[in-house]
Amino acid sequence: MKYLTTIGLEVHVQLRTRSKMFCACGTGFGAPPNTQVCPVCLGYPGAMPVMNEEAIRLTVMTGLALGCAIPAFSKFDRKSYFYPDMPKNYQISQYDCPLCDGGAVEFESGGQGRRVRMVRIHLEEDVAKNMHFPSFSGVDFNRAGVPLMEIVTQPDMGSPEEAMDFLLALKQTLSYLGVSDCNLEEGNVRCDVNCSVRPDGQEELGTKTEIKNLNTFKGVFHALRHELDRQVDVLESGGRVTQETRRWDADQGVTYSMRSKEDAHDYRYFPEPDLMPVELDAATVGEWRAAIPELPGARRARLTAEYGIPGYAAGVIAADRAVADYFEAAARASKNAKAVSNWVMTEMLRLLGERGMTIGNARVTPGALARLVSLVDSGVVSSTAAKDVFAAMFESGGDPDALVREKGLAQVSDASEIEAIVDRAMEENPKSVADFMQGKSAAAKFLVGQVMRLSRGKANPKLVNEILERKLGAE
Amino acid sequence: MTEANESGAMDVAYVARLARLALTPEEAETFQRQLDHIVGYVRKIGELDVSGVEPTAHAAVLSNVFRPDEARHGIEHDVALGNAPRSADGQFLVPRIVE
Amino acid sequence: MNREAFQCLDLRSAAAGVVSGDFTSRELVEAMLAGIIERDPAIRAFVHVDADDALRQADAADARRGPGGGRLNGVPVAVKDVLNVAGQPCGCASRILEGYRAPYDATAVARLRREGAVVVGRTNMDEFAMGSTTENSVHGPTLNPWNHGRVPGGSSGGSAAAVASREALAALGSDTGGSVRQPASFCGCVGLKPSYGRISRYGLTAYASSLDQIGPLTTNVRDAALLLNIMSGRDPLDSTSVPDPAPCADDGWAAAGLKGMKLGLPREYFGAGLDPEVAWAVRAAADACAALGAELVEVALPHTEYAIAAYYIIATAEASANLARFDGVRYGRRADGASDPYDLYTRTRAEGFGAEVKRRIILGTYVLSSGYYEAYYRSAQKVRTLIRRDFERAFGQCDAMLAPVAPTAAYRLGETTDDPLKMYLGDILTVTANLAGICGLSVPCGLTDDGLPVGLQVLGPFLGEERVLRVGAAYETARGPFPEPHGGAA
Repeated sequence: MKYLTTIGLEVHVQLRTRSKMFCACGTGFGAPPNTQVCPVCLGYPGAMPVMNEEAIRLTVMTGLALGCAIPAFSKFDRKSYFYPDMPKNYQISQYDCPLCDGGAVEFESGGQGRRVRMVRIHLEEDVAKNMHFPSFSGVDFNRAGVPLMEIVTQPDMGSPEEAMDFLLALKQTLSYLGVSDCNLEEGNVRCDVNCSVRPDGQEELGTKTEIKNLNTFKGVFHALRHELDRQVDVLESGGRVTQETRRWDADQGVTYSMRSKEDAHDYRYFPEPDLMPVELDAATVGEWRAAIPELPGARRARLTAEYGIPGYAAGVIAADRAVADYFEAAARASKNAKAVSNWVMTEMLRLLGERGMTIGNARVTPGALARLVSLVDSGVVSSTAAKDVFAAMFESGGDPDALVREKGLAQVSDASEIEAIVDRAMEENPKSVADFMQGKSAAAKFLVGQVMRLSRGKANPKLVNEILERKLGAE
Repeated sequence: MTEANESGAMDVAYVARLARLALTPEEAETFQRQLDHIVGYVRKIGELDVSGVEPTAHAAVLSNVFRPDEARHGIEHDVALGNAPRSADGQFLVPRIVE
Repeated sequence: MNREAFQCLDLRSAAAGVVSGDFTSRELVEAMLAGIIERDPAIRAFVHVDADDALRQADAADARRGPGGGRLNGVPVAVKDVLNVAGQPCGCASRILEGYRAPYDATAVARLRREGAVVVGRTNMDEFAMGSTTENSVHGPTLNPWNHGRVPGGSSGGSAAAVASREALAALGSDTGGSVRQPASFCGCVGLKPSYGRISRYGLTAYASSLDQIGPLTTNVRDAALLLNIMSGRDPLDSTSVPDPAPCADDGWAAAGLKGMKLGLPREYFGAGLDPEVAWAVRAAADACAALGAELVEVALPHTEYAIAAYYIIATAEASANLARFDGVRYGRRADGASDPYDLYTRTRAEGFGAEVKRRIILGTYVLSSGYYEAYYRSAQKVRTLIRRDFERAFGQCDAMLAPVAPTAAYRLGETTDDPLKMYLGDILTVTANLAGICGLSVPCGLTDDGLPVGLQVLGPFLGEERVLRVGAAYETARGPFPEPHGGAA
């Protein structure tokens, strides 16, 4: 039997703020345990939360970018549950009046345009980190209270691949907005997934399960693949899927049911009395909207239209806002945007990838790249030599003209100089000359190669061909 | 999760578990009796027709009370851990969490 | 100056004495400490006094003596055990906070210190401010200085008893449903509950966050006004603190009389259940106000009978969340031998909390739980709106109101122990101010035949402290000096 899949996601995104959501503690990653703590984020008696305005702004900007409605009234609530990672044993979150309602993410998956609708985006505080030892667990409250934006989607995804593409598109947008570092290694983005299967033709959705706390996109993909297979197996063997929360064991590659003594889950939400509501006026929202940069989809389209580069190249370049900024700066300084896009996509991204660098700390300035392209186009350097120049600039920066001079990489376009080299190549390779005479045209290619070798790659290939052709014709 | 039952009587043992309070049988019995009495009294608010009345969550009318995004040092690590009943290696210790 | 004279100073005279060099802060603090040693064993108002620390603070105040030293430079005040003071325990009269030392000052305390005040000790209270008798304390009950067989009221009973017995010149309390005004009434001192948000709650261990307010307990109204002036004003650490400027602590109030003021007598506050002696004393006080030029009018607060129910739903709901943090992980007491976190929590909390706190946590958890939220919590919030509107309407007809603080004078020790509902019902005349967020003042206005003090409650609109203090000061001046407690056994 064929089964249909339904997937919904809750994506938790750590916002890029200097201080925590409700106190002034720092948010830096990797500090020694419990060194970024204060009475508020340790849940001390008498301590009180105060909202970080920047976290509100970043959440609302995200909402605006995803087409959410921004309600005139929003508030925070207490969500009660006891757990050692919770300093107050309630989490300050948002229940019925989130900062953002609705919205959608549009992206491509499997060569098709897709649209995943949002339910809402709300803001809450992150919890502490637990570390498990044989007989006890340790708690580090550095992360407790870091602003966490929760993006809840409708169950609009039909496959793990689509869920993955959605996450990549969402991450691109969030990075563009600058609202989060989106650093998966540091746990900046964590997902809870809901999924269910139903036989093809059945209208109503199957029973869903939830897999909590997936902190890599790969984990989301594999956990979904496994869990969906498991659900199909259950149904195929005549069983029923139980609605439950499961965990993903990445090492074993399986999901398992979470069993706990917590028989009762009753979050007992009620309005947080220590915080006043958020009531944003149109002017403030307008000001925040104005700060939204061009988003990846729009930029991709514009790069193609404005610079005439192919759609694929535009996609690769627009995927990263900084790369796209770099490209545009170089392309504007150059007459050959297509060549610039090729340099960025191939040499630049390859070398950055090899070194684990980002374009922000590349030594090749956009102006230098534009100049290098023009040196190639005007025949001053060959494209082969240009790669050496690029590599040198990548290592230690510098000006392409100077590097061409220093390294003596300028192309030789002086006919008499090339004639002399051609003569020498013909003298040294009489057999090839003879082969050519007997109609073996491949021999000419060999001779061109020899000329280039003797000129250490600097001879203008066009002139070499012309002169060699003329001389061989005269033999 | 128990839903509101017909009689509305409180199941003290269940609510105490939600609140993470271990009760002795004697306590459970006393509280059940006292709280039945108290709940019986507070149910009085049901006599009023409050449909169409806006709830009051705060006595003061303020909104958008924000803090600028500036980081400051909190309390010293030693002070924080000094208050902890059990700690080691800079961390607060709890009995092992089994998930 | 002899010891007794020190103990009878008002705050301005005390501060002026230190500035002028009539005496040192050390002499003043030593006199207060001597009073504590002498009288506190009989009433047990204090739970923590660090004499060395108090004298260090006094010496520091003496060192900065002069005009810039602050309006309370060198003047000792006591604080309720619910307020965080850096370096001191903050036990909230609970076993569960055993071993906890506060790493920070509550804003109210910091503002007193900024004016040079000396924090001289911590006073007893009902555990986590839950109670009206100061009997629910891990330290045992505080006794009423007027009659040792009676309770001092609560939950700020320690602060009220300390001020009434002149062990402290002034003390801080907190008022969630009457916890400053009612003990002030029971002990014969002045107690002010400011409007919600007037004084920052940062550092006040929360009982019910939407109702809690810190308030001063003093021997006279002007001292309460001075402390309010110093402590009030917006605090960036408390989002609910109001930005309005602090009400002034004016000297001219008493002299100005009450001419042109309309004082309301809420009909519902003089109904059945009000002790006739209390009713008589309060009516006599109202007549005294009329003699000072005020016009008395009757006003109605029709939803009063629902206030106790709404209050106990809202307060316990908020408390159930506020007290969830006491779990034995980050501070305080922890049960031994727990096998997992669930076990740790349930056992720590079972050992750490007293019966009244457990009762309220269970009630609060219940009213928020799935299936009951609408019927209890949300309905109570709506009733709160009705009560607020009652006051808005009534304050359209008067400038301030006069009422009793409590239906009776101080209870006998143990009188309400087995019947919590009876104790709850005694809060009927005070909880309304907390629900509506308005301000209220308790001023001693008489004694019962048994020699127990009775308080006059002056209620004012939201942020209407100046009116309330003006009425209180004028009445107090007309009344003349209030008798001193004579103590003695039951």
